[in-house]
Parts: sequence; C-alpha cells; structure tokens
Amino acid sequence: MQPGKGLLMIQFDTVHKRFPNGTTAVHDLTLEMPEGGVTVLVGSSGCGKTTTLRMINRMVDPTSGTIRVNGRDVLEQDAAELRRSIGYVIQQSGLFPHRTVLDNIATVPLLLGWGRRKARARASELLETVGLSADAGKRYPHQLSGGQQQRVGVARALAADPPVLLMDEPFGAVDPVVRTQLQDELLRLQRELNKTIVFVTHDIDEAVRLGDRIAVFRTGGHLVQCDGPAELLARPADAFVADFLGAERGLKLLSLTTLAEVPQGPAPEGTRWELTLDAARKPLAWRDTETDAETPVRALRDTDSLLSALNESIAAPSGLVARVDADGHLTGVTSREDIHDRAGHVHAGHLHAGQADAGPTDAGTADTGTADAGHPHGEESTVTA
Amino acid sequence: MTVEWSWISDHTGDLTALSLSHLQAALTAVLLGLVISLPLAVVAHRVRPLRGLLLGLSNVLFTIPSIAVFVLLLPVSGLTRTTTVIGLTIYTLVVLLRNTVEGLDSVPARTKEAAKAMGTRPLRTLLTVELPLALPVIMAGVRIATVMAISLVSVATYIGDGGLGQLFTDGFQRNFPTPVIVGVVLTLLLALVADALLVTLQYVLTPWTRRQKQGA
Repeated sequence: MQPGKGLLMIQFDTVHKRFPNGTTAVHDLTLEMPEGGVTVLVGSSGCGKTTTLRMINRMVDPTSGTIRVNGRDVLEQDAAELRRSIGYVIQQSGLFPHRTVLDNIATVPLLLGWGRRKARARASELLETVGLSADAGKRYPHQLSGGQQQRVGVARALAADPPVLLMDEPFGAVDPVVRTQLQDELLRLQRELNKTIVFVTHDIDEAVRLGDRIAVFRTGGHLVQCDGPAELLARPADAFVADFLGAERGLKLLSLTTLAEVPQGPAPEGTRWELTLDAARKPLAWRDTETDAETPVRALRDTDSLLSALNESIAAPSGLVARVDADGHLTGVTSREDIHDRAGHVHAGHLHAGQADAGPTDAGTADTGTADAGHPHGEESTVTA
Repeated sequence: MTVEWSWISDHTGDLTALSLSHLQAALTAVLLGLVISLPLAVVAHRVRPLRGLLLGLSNVLFTIPSIAVFVLLLPVSGLTRTTTVIGLTIYTLVVLLRNTVEGLDSVPARTKEAAKAMGTRPLRTLLTVELPLALPVIMAGVRIATVMAISLVSVATYIGDGGLGQLFTDGFQRNFPTPVIVGVVLTLLLALVADALLVTLQYVLTPWTRRQKQGA
C-alpha cells in the first residue's frame, strides 16, 4: 500500500453475508474507508450496518468476498489477535462489572502481555484523555453514570492505541444532553488521535455530526449511498435516502456550514433595538428603547453554524445576530436577510455541484469538490461533563 | 428430657473429634461435588442438548433415598469414610450443578461479547469473566450444598461412620437423651459456622457487589 493521504485502511470487496437462517444481512458490499476518517454506517434496524461493522474484527465472518484491514485479509489473521489490534466500543459500554474501571481499561494491554504495572499506568493516562477523574479508576462500572461508563468504554477501546476504532451505537443508551457531550468529546479526541473510525448509528443527526463520510444502508443489506455529509444532504441518491435524511435535510446542510463568510456590519445605534454590552464589549442583551425591556442575546462566533445563526436571527427581536470573536468580544452584527441569502447560496451551491458531477453516487471514493464541505463541528462550549 | 451437663464435660474430647470428623466428611463431599460439577456445568451451559440430560440425571440421583445410596455403595467401597463421602457428593451434585449452570447463564451476553471483541480467547473468558460473574449464584449453591451435607452426614451412622450421628444411635440405644440433644445442637452449630464462613468468603471474593451505586 502506498503511504500518505488516501491510504485505504479498511476495504470491503463484494462482501456478502448470509446467516444460517437464510437472511441476507449484507449484500455484495464494496466499500472503502480511508485512513484517519470517520465513516458512519447508518440505516434502520436490520439493514446490515452492525453486521458490516462486526465483520471487520471477525465477530462475524463473511459468507463470501474479502475484507482487508491495512491491506491484510482479515480471514488470514488469528481472530483473537486481530481483535486486540482493533478498538471496539459497544452500546451500554459492555464493561466488565467485576473489574474496576482501571482494570477494564487495561483489558487489551493485559491480553497483549504488557504486564500489570504498565497496563495500569496506560489506563490511568486514558482516564484523563476521556475526561474522567483519577478517582473514577478505583470504582466499579455500576458506580458510574451512563455517560461516564461510555467514556470508560471509549478509553478501553483506545488502550492499546489501535489504528482502527469500531463503534457500534456507542451513544445510543444515554440521554440527549450527554450524547451531545460525548459526540463533542469524540470529535475532540479524533482531532488529536486521527484514528480510522467506523461508527454505526440509526440516528441521521449523529451521522451528519460525526461522519466524514456517511454510508446509508437499506433493509436487506444494500448500501445505497456513501458520500460526505454535505453531498449526501444536498444530493440524496434516491427517494429512500431522501426519506431517511428527513424533511429538515436542508437545515441539516446549514448545520455543516459556518457563519464565517457571512458579512457583518456595526451594531445599530439610534434604532428601536439597541445592543447592550458589558465593560469588555461582550453582548448582554437587546434593549427595547421604547419600553426598556431587555431580551437576552446569544452571540455567535465565526465557527458557529449557519443553522444556529438562522435560529438566532428568528429568536432575536431585532432580527439581528450579534457576532463575537473567540474571546466573546463584539465584532459586529449580521442581519436576518444576510443569513437567509447565505443559506440559499449554500443550498444552491451544493445543488450546482451536484449537476456538475452527474455520475451516480455509488460506494466509491469520489469526493466532489463542494465549496462548503468543510466540517465546522462547532459549538463546543459545553464539552466538559 | 434433661441434659446431663456432667456427661458433656466428661466427653469433650470425643465430641470435638466427632465434630471434626463430621465436618471433614461434609466439606470433602462439597469440594468433590464442586470439582465434578464445574466442568459438567460448563458443558451443560455451552452444549444445549446435553443440558437437560445432565440436569435430569442429577435430579434422578437426588431422588434416591440416602440410605439406599450407602447400601448400594457397600459392595464398591465397603464400610469406609469413602462410602460416606461418595454418597454425600452425589447429593451435593444436584444443587451445585444447577446453580453453576444458572450462574453461567446469568452472565450478560453483552459482557461475554465484549470479552470476545477485546480479543479474549474462550478459556480465558470462562476463567476471568464468566466464572467470576457467576460466583454469587455458584456460592448460593455451595452454601445450600454445605448445609445439606452437614445435616446428611448423620445418615452414614448406618454404615458405621456418621460423625455426630453416632451420638444419636448412642442416645437411642441407651434411652439417654443428652447425646442426642448435644448431637443436634453441634450439627446445627457446624452448619451455622460453615454458612457464616461461606458468606464471608463470598464477600471477599466479590468486591464489585459490595458498594451500591454512588452519586456520580
């Protein structure tokens, strides 16, 4: 394999899986997952996404076809050794209830023969990486909250520093607030660690939020479309994908675009609505000069999404969005109209890119040069638990 | 019925020896029962068709009257401690086998799945994940089996063994209640002490079951 960018970490070549009871879980799947990217497998239950994931570390063996991890056919490797070289996170964490958090994390290093001391040292290091206190290491899994358990699950998967991480609906069993935190944490970790991640979910919002590429599966184990989130949202391959993406897919597309390129002007003066600032020029509220009533303001940074801006422009009585720099100081305001214009432009841009690239969207690696494919992954102010 | 306390003080040496012999017979039987039922339980747990067969067989053995078991064993091992221990072991099997199978069944599939996905091989999974997690249920069986064995040892008096059971025949033959009462009390005490020790052992062996969920 050639090194560098574009190296394919995981390759499915016409992989077919039929279970003994006759159901076809995966139908002639050809799919490539590039190194250092997050590939999300998404679809309703029974579509073969989990089976696809489990074939990578041989929890399930294919009926026919070849799966290569880092160029090597998985069937030619010892299953237990292969699994130790691949991180695995499952729903409700699947932690060992009889082992302390530290020993749970140390599982794979111990299997690899690191020795207890070295394995434990690595485990304590990972506790910190996933945002847990050293104190948590001595506890048993049932003494932690669902979100904390899931963090331990991620730490356990990372313990032996595997290049590939398989995540099977890891955040499915936690409440929405914690799920968002865990998603943010995962994105932060991924920026540091640059793993090749395969992530299974049935939640399209989670897929759009996390995926560099999203593979949509249909019942019967058919891969329908695999594309970057922006291309997928702008140009679903067929009615099934469009339906799966939901009625708000246009808004979801806006969640992938940042506010950075939207023009801003000075805050209004002498109009009905005035922006009040504190001494450090941080926005406090919109003040109605006629009644002196104040409405709280939610100022946005350049890294915030166009969707948040649209929301704020509707919520703000003035129809204006206060813009701030990274430190929270006011830089200017943007009008509802400018945000609308930009939103329309983004949408048209994606559609236009679609017409330029008329080929059918298959499982291939073709990346269309879409203008705003940049993944903002913003709004990370609520990272810590 | 009155207890003659002087008889007790005159026989403390005998009573101690009988108690120890009694306990030894019971504990040997439980240990043997564990050694036999553990591999059988693993087989019954993993190979579904054999499960009904093994559990059914242990049930049948359990229904044979205890005296009949000793009589049937006489041609094999004679009037010895071996006969006592074999007989008792047969009775411990039904409880130990059933509880060990149930203990193994109670291990969450997700946990076994996780062990496999981490790259743990089957034997190591059994020893380091399944058996530890099955321990509370297995220990419940060990407690029942131990108390049962301690109470059953007396039956072996018919073949000249029987530990504290010998006090019963002695008392009946001489129409002298004191040894009978002492025998009952000592058997009870042995059972209580053994059970308390097993509870302590389980507490030590399963630290994860101790503390309840704390505020996170």
